[in-house]
Amino acid sequence: MSFDTAFMLSTLPAFFKAVGVTLQVGVIAIVTSLLVALLNATILVLRTPYLWRLVKGYVELARNTPLLIQLFFVYFALPSLGLKVSGFAAAIITLTFMGGAYLTEVLRAGVEAVPRAQLESGRSIGLSEGQLLRHVILPQAGILSLPALFANFVFLLKETTVVSAVAVPEILYTTKNYIALYYKTYEMLAVLTLLCVLIFLPLSLLLRYLERRLQHGQFGH
Amino acid sequence: MASSGIELLLVSLPQLATGAGQTLAISALGILFATLGGVLYGVLATLGSRWLNILLQVYLELFRAIPVLVWLYLVFFGLPIFFGLSIPSFWCAVLVLGLWGASEVGEVVRGALQSLPRGQREAGLSIGLGGWQLYGYVLLPQALKRMTPPTINIYTRIIKTSSLAVLIGVVEVIKAGQQIIERTYESVLIYGALFLFFFLVCYPLSAASRVLERRWAHA
Repeated sequence: MSFDTAFMLSTLPAFFKAVGVTLQVGVIAIVTSLLVALLNATILVLRTPYLWRLVKGYVELARNTPLLIQLFFVYFALPSLGLKVSGFAAAIITLTFMGGAYLTEVLRAGVEAVPRAQLESGRSIGLSEGQLLRHVILPQAGILSLPALFANFVFLLKETTVVSAVAVPEILYTTKNYIALYYKTYEMLAVLTLLCVLIFLPLSLLLRYLERRLQHGQFGH
Repeated sequence: MASSGIELLLVSLPQLATGAGQTLAISALGILFATLGGVLYGVLATLGSRWLNILLQVYLELFRAIPVLVWLYLVFFGLPIFFGLSIPSFWCAVLVLGLWGASEVGEVVRGALQSLPRGQREAGLSIGLGGWQLYGYVLLPQALKRMTPPTINIYTRIIKTSSLAVLIGVVEVIKAGQQIIERTYESVLIYGALFLFFFLVCYPLSAASRVLERRWAHA
């Protein structure tokens, strides 16, 4: 077994592009998931009639089924219903479907975690419902959900590797492609591992730091 | 159309069931190893040995930084060329799910053990309990209520993640579904059935985890 460094270096431009695709898919999916989640969490918190049951059902369905099946459904089954989407679009739709559900739960839990005494105190000093929401609930709920939000962002970014299954040219698909074309398994696995450690490890460590910091920032600590 | 759909599902049921059996077998073995490994991890992480903690930290970070699907490929392609070991893709999936699950369950067990009052450990040691007795009779039983709900959640993640095994060639429930689709082109029906299958397995577990968490919130 020899290590072909020259070959490895020659693939770097392609992997550079692949990292771009991974980040692109990840960031778009995070933004769209957050939008879906904000809408859903508002519906859940306000208990909008009928709609909140629908949101609940969506959250349970999305959280209790594998991403891969959701992805295959969008990519392989929707075309037979007349909805043909590209691999990239399928990736964004599916990650948003799953991510939106996870983030909805995070935001809802954040609002519920604000102590009741905070609401009662706010009301007792004569704040209107709008003021209560803006000055009391949202700032605290935001801080409380921040670690979980960030954890889910990292999770979504890591899940982008799954969309390699529908030929989105991100890091894992690029690796598989090179292995299939040139049989340079050893070199390509090394590049893939290195990329994962370079991209995800700092995020994972940052997450841990953020969790510790915010824990100390909470009332009573 | 509707009746032919039901007919197709009935005809395909044996094939889907065989695949589902493989999916459940991978998941069950993964869960078993994740639980055993996780308890071991949790105990080792609370022994207070600095070197052991660094080692466990590296293990944890490797499984947190590298996505499970990447691990699957690393093991599937890597074991043969690095170690000359060729193991069936079924066992590759079990191995990866077990190791990844153990890191996740391990962190839960460690957290639960560390949340116990220090006095419990000290009291146990002061009445002369050895390590096994201390953990077996005092610490783990008390930590059980705290670690069960999050651990059940990890089980559902292991079951969902077992679906990735299809990508390294395991003939599990998705593969079975794809084979039926190749024959019949009924992709919506079959993927719908796959959705239902995973939902029926995972939802009761998620719900149980939620109920237990609420019930034991003050334990």
